[in-house]
Amino acid sequence: MTLLEAILLTVITASTPLLIAAIGELVVEKSGVLNLGVEGMMIMGAACGIVAAIATGSGALGVIAAILAGMAMAALFAALTLGLAANQVAAGLALTIFGIGLSGVVGAAHVGAQRAGIGKLEIPVLADIPFLGPLLFNQDPFVYASFALTAGVAWFLTRSKAGLVLRACGESAASAHALGYPVLRIRFLAILFGGACAGLAGAYLSLVLTPFWTSGMTAGRGWIALAIVVFASWLPWRAALGAYLFGGITILQLHAQGAGFRVPPQLMSALPYLITIVVLVLIMRLRRGGTAGPAGLGLPFVPDR
Amino acid sequence: MPAPLIQTQQVVKRFGALVANDHVDLTVEAGEVHALLGENGAGKSTLVKMLYGLLQPDAGRILWRGEKVVLDGPRAARRRGIGMVFQHFSLFEAMTVAENVALALDGDEPLPRIAARLAEVSRAYGLPLEPGREVWQLSVGERQRIEIVRCLMQDPQLLILDEPTSVLTPQEAEGLFATLDRIRAEGRAVLYISHKLEEVRRICEAATILRHGKVVARCDPRAESAASLARMMVGSTVLGVTHEAAAPQGPVRLAVASLSLPPAEAHGVALRDVSLSLHGGEVLGIAGVAGNGQDELFAALSGERLAPRAEAVLLDRRPVGREGINARRRLGAAFVPEERLGHAAAPRFPLSENALLSGHAAGGFVAGGLVRRGQLLGFVDEVTRTFDLRKGTRDPEARALSGGNLQKFTVGREILRRPMVLVVAQPTWGVDAGAARRIRQALLDLAAEGSGVLAISQDLDELLEIADRIAVMFHGRLSAPLPVSGLTRETLGLLMGGSGFPADAPEAA
Repeated sequence: MTLLEAILLTVITASTPLLIAAIGELVVEKSGVLNLGVEGMMIMGAACGIVAAIATGSGALGVIAAILAGMAMAALFAALTLGLAANQVAAGLALTIFGIGLSGVVGAAHVGAQRAGIGKLEIPVLADIPFLGPLLFNQDPFVYASFALTAGVAWFLTRSKAGLVLRACGESAASAHALGYPVLRIRFLAILFGGACAGLAGAYLSLVLTPFWTSGMTAGRGWIALAIVVFASWLPWRAALGAYLFGGITILQLHAQGAGFRVPPQLMSALPYLITIVVLVLIMRLRRGGTAGPAGLGLPFVPDR
Repeated sequence: MPAPLIQTQQVVKRFGALVANDHVDLTVEAGEVHALLGENGAGKSTLVKMLYGLLQPDAGRILWRGEKVVLDGPRAARRRGIGMVFQHFSLFEAMTVAENVALALDGDEPLPRIAARLAEVSRAYGLPLEPGREVWQLSVGERQRIEIVRCLMQDPQLLILDEPTSVLTPQEAEGLFATLDRIRAEGRAVLYISHKLEEVRRICEAATILRHGKVVARCDPRAESAASLARMMVGSTVLGVTHEAAAPQGPVRLAVASLSLPPAEAHGVALRDVSLSLHGGEVLGIAGVAGNGQDELFAALSGERLAPRAEAVLLDRRPVGREGINARRRLGAAFVPEERLGHAAAPRFPLSENALLSGHAAGGFVAGGLVRRGQLLGFVDEVTRTFDLRKGTRDPEARALSGGNLQKFTVGREILRRPMVLVVAQPTWGVDAGAARRIRQALLDLAAEGSGVLAISQDLDELLEIADRIAVMFHGRLSAPLPVSGLTRETLGLLMGGSGFPADAPEAA
């Protein structure tokens, strides 16, 4: 394995959780809901995933537990923002703080407990292609899942009637309601999907990337996923591009440190976040202040009855 | 005799203490165009929302072809054959025409098939539409066509139209009437909500009139006059405003010279070479279909947006193009924007503080940096007296007032300060007949005292009633003003549709 291959492999593993979480949040935002609690849902997925995997000895059950944990957190968020029409920004921030705290409690007994990661899934024949084979066709199931998700969501949003209805809820909840669509139910399902994706991304962190638990291990990846959604201007394939860009920067700064650049490591670690800000500013500039975001993003909807 | 197409019997709908519909009986026969008349807040929208399944009646029944039905959602209504075109369109701006149509159709028809069917139906009814265009690029008239076409694609037996012509040019309205004739000829019924009585008299053969949630009259509008219909709606005689013909022209109070401004936002309109002069003692009307630069013109006149050159806007011959709204107010100008809540008034502020917001610059309300509350409350009382505001307490929050009362307040607080120039946008938009008359009369009285009044309105009847001269806005350009005497709706309509304006230069690539 060459150095380049090794670097590209680590880029893929760094990018995959970002992509999964971003795709989930993209669907949520397309339905008109801004859930800033991605970080909280993700870390709960990471904690519950590894605890369940250790308890049952099964990686698959760990993944399922992580997804359920993410959905449970999302359901809490939905109860606040849809049921009680609470402010979405405040509820999302609260969800993140709550998730970081609760995950510490859930994982407390397992700090540092190692377990074998989830193995790779080798696709026969294709994996033997030189260079590309090991990169693309000898990966863990999460990587395949992330691309299946991207393709599925892209198709769902642009081609299916259900996706059209979901986008309609995000554009104008009042109009969608006037046409007879159950806006709150649709948004609830979208929020649950976002929670499932964030939980899955969390499972990737604690079961594959660093197969053990430490508190706070998501380390801001949920926030980067949120930034990727804006970066991608709500387009799934562009979100994949964004996830790999940000994942690449993360790995690059690690290698730069390894190569002995005389820059404080703290500054290097901050690089992905700095780039996020720069990219967001550039995007806003290029669009002359406008956004391609759903027109009804973040606005609560209460049907009059 | 067959059962009527749709009937409501003793339908009641309450919102808290307010009875929006009080035992309403409505009968619409197949093949008729039936008008539903009433002032703002009379309960028309509530009633049709129940017919379309958006609201559920608290009591009473709805019969469809003589059978009791429960319409528990728009889907159920559409299944029966009820279609609705909303007053505030239920369209999605960032989506294409075809996608908007698909959203209103039940079932899972693929988009290309919908687009094809859409093209077919729009041709058959003479409502041209391009399925692939995104809605935000379309004019209001085209948007309404989408709403109508997508209703027709469901093959409805009853089509409900909520104030369909309030946003159309007279020519576009003519097109709509032709379509309605076709729909009626096919044996479908139309329930037509409108404020425009002349129009109702022309196209409707039956009318039900609501006042305060109750049915007060049923009639054949063709046998009534506009005045008698208005009397039934309001419950008393509505007087016209008194307008002294052609007041002597005073000095130029407000002048705009070749003003061009790029759009402020992505979907905004650019002002192109706009010139006008407003004399003291006259009311100058600015007509035009919504979204042709009226908002931008208002912002440029009020100073919410600054002109590139100071000389582009002259107030009493003083260049103020680079001055903000407070400086212009100090020079004797006053401004009433279109949006009552959120622009003209802060919803959660009491009226006294709202009076302070627009009145602090010109003085009188503030002494040594402190607010003179007594003065403010006295001012609110004066507005209340002069304009007959109906409100619960002495100084309620702005959002607690009804639309008409708040409009009287936002116009009244400016007029009472006796401005030299008053710029007012949509002075009586969504206001009932009594309040509208009072506001229009106040504008005329102000002009009669020598001030210049510039009224931006989409309501041609209003402009023809109060203005001395009318100019038309189209795609950010302003026509030369035409004297009202001898001016016809047709002339204005053609201008509003863009004839007589220079062709737009192609967008810079």
